[in-house]
Amino acid sequence: MESESLVDLDEVVFYRGERAIFNGLSLKIPRAKVTVILGGSGTGKTTLLNLIGGRLRPAAGDVRVDGLSVPALKTRELYTLRKRMGLLFQSGALLTDLSVFENVAFPIREHTRLPETLIRTLVLLKLELVGLRGAHRLMPAELSGGMARRVALARAIALDPMMVMYDEPFTGLDPISKGITVKLIRELNDALGMTSIVVTHDVEEACTIADYVYLVGGGKVIAQGNAAEMLASEGEDVKQFMNGLPDGPVPFHYPAAEYVQDLLDGADR
Amino acid sequence: MSSVLNYIRQLGHWVLGRVERTGRASVFITEVLAGTFTALARFNLVRHQIFSVGVLTLLIITVSGLFVGMVLGLQGYYTLSDFGAESSLGLLVALSLTRELGPVVAALLFAGRAGSALTAEIGLMKATEQLAGMEMMAVNPLTRVIAPRFLAGLISMPLLAAIFTAMGVWGGQIVGVGLIGVDDGIFWSRMQSGVDFYDDVLNGVIKSVVFGFVVTWIAVFEGYDCVPTSEGVSRATTRTVVNASLAVLGLDFVLTSLMFGEI
Repeated sequence: MESESLVDLDEVVFYRGERAIFNGLSLKIPRAKVTVILGGSGTGKTTLLNLIGGRLRPAAGDVRVDGLSVPALKTRELYTLRKRMGLLFQSGALLTDLSVFENVAFPIREHTRLPETLIRTLVLLKLELVGLRGAHRLMPAELSGGMARRVALARAIALDPMMVMYDEPFTGLDPISKGITVKLIRELNDALGMTSIVVTHDVEEACTIADYVYLVGGGKVIAQGNAAEMLASEGEDVKQFMNGLPDGPVPFHYPAAEYVQDLLDGADR
Repeated sequence: MSSVLNYIRQLGHWVLGRVERTGRASVFITEVLAGTFTALARFNLVRHQIFSVGVLTLLIITVSGLFVGMVLGLQGYYTLSDFGAESSLGLLVALSLTRELGPVVAALLFAGRAGSALTAEIGLMKATEQLAGMEMMAVNPLTRVIAPRFLAGLISMPLLAAIFTAMGVWGGQIVGVGLIGVDDGIFWSRMQSGVDFYDDVLNGVIKSVVFGFVVTWIAVFEGYDCVPTSEGVSRATTRTVVNASLAVLGLDFVLTSLMFGEI
């Protein structure tokens, strides 16, 4: 029987150098839903997506995607699994020497042997979904940031994956582009029945589209629930993040020696 | 005392770093070589790279070859005429070029023109997450991006060295025969009788294949292994030109002593 969650992180521990990014992180991503993972900058949200995508291995714990333990997979099996997942990079990561059309056609050409006419139909279909069919002849350098991300989205869904991971999809976009992105994530999720994982620090957009929200901080899940529950939460750290308060459990200051001591030390030099 | 210890520690750290990097480069080239079969099956990708790596390097190779040959003709004539041996000018020019200058200078120019471009291109692809994006699309960048570029370098380098040599011989003839007035027939016939196909031409070709392998390896590895920032790409590009040039000169000595030497 298919388990209810598509992605299952179990007590994941991950270090970058000496610093623990995750220290026993556990979360479940339900199928065919939009799950938002909220967290401040530097809390390892992108690392989390890389762990799910198998680009990084956890030091301990397990990452299961569709029942498969990702860290245990061989390269070939991992690549087979990746064909069924899409990752939308913050930068779009479009191939700069290929046109918009060829970028979307790239995964199709690499993994299938379809005739040219069918590839054309598929690519135009995906570009139509993101509203950029008219831009298929442009080169990536001619696109705005928002358009590049939409092309990257069309490319991520080119092979009809079971899930798409969005890395900071709203960062650096103007309000209109943000609105378009929110609409696209929701519509693609509902229309294609995909599972969507959105990591972001934009609370407002996150709450608009989320079916379920995880708040990550200090290497663990701090809180979880649907958007309304999160906004109404009384927890100090949840309130600080959801309302954007400058000081609270997450301190304003980066850890440092005593201020006075630091200044006096400087006087000796 | 502690500063000495510190120095030894730093030295150890540096050596370990080098060893680790050499290991990484070796694993890298093994994987790339494994990927070349797939790349050969899609020769279109390789052909595309031969254009940017090889064809676009033609101009600097032909012009340099011509001038090197012209200078050889001039210098060779002045030296040889002291001994009344100017009839050997054609032989001198041809031997210098096929054995040494053709493969070596072409490889140095290749490292500067094509090697640096390869490193910068791959490094920027890494910095803009294009390589990571490919991995997430289940496409191995070593097979799709690196292997075609590596093959293109390997195929282009001997051809470029051959063109360099041919242009050099022509340059020598322009100066020696055209300007100075050495007899045309003697120029060519001494060359023809003195240059051996196996000892001179083939050994030169072997050199250029080895240089092509090493220069392209260094170039693609530096790009793939660079720190993905603008500073990292810039450092990697510099390292490619410096390391590749040193490797060419060092290997040239080794190869020459193996091929022609009595050591």
